[in-house]
Amino acid sequence: MAVKHINLTLKVWRQKGPKDQGGFVELHAKNVSEDASFLEMLDSVNEELVSKGEEPIAFDHDCREGICGACGFVINGEAHGPMRSTTVCQLHMRNFKDGEVLTIEPFRATAFPVIKDLMVNRSAFDRIISAGGYISANTGNAVDANAVLVPKADADEAMSSATCIACGACVAACKNGSAALFTSAKISHMALLPQGQVERKERALRMVAQMDAEGFGACTTTGACEAACPKDIQLTNISRMNREFFAAATTQRPKHKDGGAG
Amino acid sequence: MANKLDSKIPSGPIESKWTKAKFDYKLVNPANKRKHSIIVVGTGLAGASAAASLGELGYKVKAFCVHESPRRAHSVAAQGGINAAKNYQNDGDSVYRLFYDTVKGGDFRAREANVYRLAEVSANIIDQMVAQGVPFAREYGGTLANRSFGGAQVSRTFYARGQTGQQLLLGAYSEMMRQVDAGTVELRTRREMLDLVIVDGRARGIVVRNLLTGEIESYEADAVVLASGGYSNVFFLSTNAMACAVTAAWKAHKRGAFFANPCYTQIHPTCIPVHGENQSKLTLMSESLRNDGRVWVPKAVGDKRHPNDIPENERDYYLERVYPSFGNLAPRDVASRQAKYRCDEGRGVNDTGKAVYLDFADAIKRLGEDKISERYGNLFEMYEKITGQNPYKQPMMIYPAPHYTMGGLWVDYNLESTIPGLFVAGEANFSDHGANRLGASALMQGLADGYFVLPYTLGNYLGGTKLEKVSTTHDAFKFAEDSVKKEINKLMSIKGSRTVDSFHKELGHIMWEYCGMGRNEAGLKKALEEIPKLREEFWQNVRIPGDANYINAELEKAGRVADFMELGELMCRDALERQESCGGHFREEYQVDGEAKRDDANFCHVAAWEYTGENKPEVRHKEELTFENVHLATRSYK
Repeated sequence: MAVKHINLTLKVWRQKGPKDQGGFVELHAKNVSEDASFLEMLDSVNEELVSKGEEPIAFDHDCREGICGACGFVINGEAHGPMRSTTVCQLHMRNFKDGEVLTIEPFRATAFPVIKDLMVNRSAFDRIISAGGYISANTGNAVDANAVLVPKADADEAMSSATCIACGACVAACKNGSAALFTSAKISHMALLPQGQVERKERALRMVAQMDAEGFGACTTTGACEAACPKDIQLTNISRMNREFFAAATTQRPKHKDGGAG
Repeated sequence: MANKLDSKIPSGPIESKWTKAKFDYKLVNPANKRKHSIIVVGTGLAGASAAASLGELGYKVKAFCVHESPRRAHSVAAQGGINAAKNYQNDGDSVYRLFYDTVKGGDFRAREANVYRLAEVSANIIDQMVAQGVPFAREYGGTLANRSFGGAQVSRTFYARGQTGQQLLLGAYSEMMRQVDAGTVELRTRREMLDLVIVDGRARGIVVRNLLTGEIESYEADAVVLASGGYSNVFFLSTNAMACAVTAAWKAHKRGAFFANPCYTQIHPTCIPVHGENQSKLTLMSESLRNDGRVWVPKAVGDKRHPNDIPENERDYYLERVYPSFGNLAPRDVASRQAKYRCDEGRGVNDTGKAVYLDFADAIKRLGEDKISERYGNLFEMYEKITGQNPYKQPMMIYPAPHYTMGGLWVDYNLESTIPGLFVAGEANFSDHGANRLGASALMQGLADGYFVLPYTLGNYLGGTKLEKVSTTHDAFKFAEDSVKKEINKLMSIKGSRTVDSFHKELGHIMWEYCGMGRNEAGLKKALEEIPKLREEFWQNVRIPGDANYINAELEKAGRVADFMELGELMCRDALERQESCGGHFREEYQVDGEAKRDDANFCHVAAWEYTGENKPEVRHKEELTFENVHLATRSYK
């Protein structure tokens, strides 16, 4: 079966640096194999640019298997493009038609400033995790792994939340630039497991506070995030986060300043 | 530097070596720990777990990664699982059996004491990761589930769907971010290590390039840990992520760290076949699929029928035929070689003739589509996205691809390299897998090194060494910074006409052709002529647009490719000198009926290469291997 090749017109956002003015530049992708991924299509455009001595389009990418979360931009108004549950590195060119015009731009959100071209700064996500997105278990403290039983349904649901790759598509798709889906996925993952119970309340309070401090907008439950998510993280995570937050905010005990005995 | 490689294996019976070592190691008291700083390069499983554990102990840790976030390190892409000798399945597993399987799986080219320690701490890793909230697969009763992997006859592999690496990395990453929160770990992202700084013969710092600003920065510490991953990208097409490189390890090598067994590379049997010249990387399909998938090719040469139209009696389930005991779960090196033989016979499938089938029809008939989807759903989806074919309806097509490198910087039992104060962990070291790694053992080794080995051995180093205070104003830092700047300026000033990728692809072709699944003297010698020519052209004709003082992806790639070229040459030399076949290193001259033929009389040793200067041949040193517990035998999976 012979592989088909297509030609595309690209309108790509080019921006030299965080403080520079950006704009769309028209480029052409010629003779693109339908078996190529979207990023491989950009690779070939870049090879041509470099051959001419011009700077290649900058975009973040790494594993190209849809799991590291590095890649992501907007194609024709959709974060990660037209295919559901698919990152741009796993989006293949057989899903596009010969002669199509594609507008490609970075994820846009106040909390994700553009670094260059299609690259944005998503370090806010790391700071949200750093604010309690963990279970404090020092190395060497663990009991036998089977000492605490976890109902399969809970483990499966926790796993579904934990598959978030922190790509930021949820933020880009949201009209408010909210990071509620990302933050709630981590809060849910840990709230569903027995190991996550001890720090459950403080985690919810701190992560939500950090999310707000980073400049992400509020969630108005439009569900655009769920539709854009390449890992199918469900909107129910946000409901759970809200419950966790309210429960924690109304029952959290004040921190005692006194130390322990000894 | 001493020529003799001292492996520092503790004395005594194998079962008590690690206990003895831990007791003998010097300790650093809690108040003194915070006076010591440790640099950790890389934030994959080994780096993140080391940074987290060392931070918890109270050391001042400086962690670095090339990525935008530490959670993107390539450990994230590991799919199938992690081994541990828990014997939860009551099927006869034990620490000794995991040790035995790993030594045998590595074709008797690993250090017994290291492998035993790895098996010993494997159970602690699972406990630790569960405590951190890793959502491993579970049975209905709430206990942990297991599956089996290649090279083992017990089910000891723990997994989280087909995303085990992701979940383990997020566990280690979140523990590291907790230490960032606590102030014990300083994290610096988008930094690439470009040199190691040595003061008074000891590793005391690194020089990095800030990938956003192009600034060259220096950082000092009392010890340096490299956890910078493997070098499969020397082949250009591999299952590694795009940024995976040998650069950090190679720069350390050029400053005196011996590089061990560079020719031991793992070609993974189940990857999605190559589709065209513009392909940027290959995608792995987890080995766990071989639990339920059956590998076959048509019996007839050149059979072009649709696989579903080929009747049962006209199919050759060759792994089941050749290895009745292990069947489709033969180890990776063996399964890859068999796929190559079938394709060489002209019985390969796909337009290219370079693929074999991995068929789930029987398993779907036996267990139902739902069960198969529960086990492998995300892998099947990924396959369909990439190939446009539905593996529930027709067999997958697979072919071997470079995946993992067993070679790496030489380390002793304490994971210390030949440079005092430079420790190497995870895939970046050479230590535990010998000439072939068993599936689900990479995650185990990365976490063993980071969580359970380095916190002890680094303490021993810091507690037993008198270190002068060093700052980045020291001449040694200036010297390293200058050499980094010189190389960058040299690359930028070439302004030639060929792109970096075109050189990388050509290097990859040479390596795959002559130093890939099958190697022979004539081919290796040819590669040793071609690589230097390519390297010369590279330094005269590579084209890097833009400037060095901000983001420049082409410059980043160029530095990595320059190092891959030097490494490629060393790999070929190592493969040429090792006149035997073992594990993933298959010299066509040394075989019995298509199986590897080892030469224990002459090659039962680790080859560790010493860099002696630009354009000078490297010197080969030997660490003899002794097998006191698992006796040298021909490896058989029949």
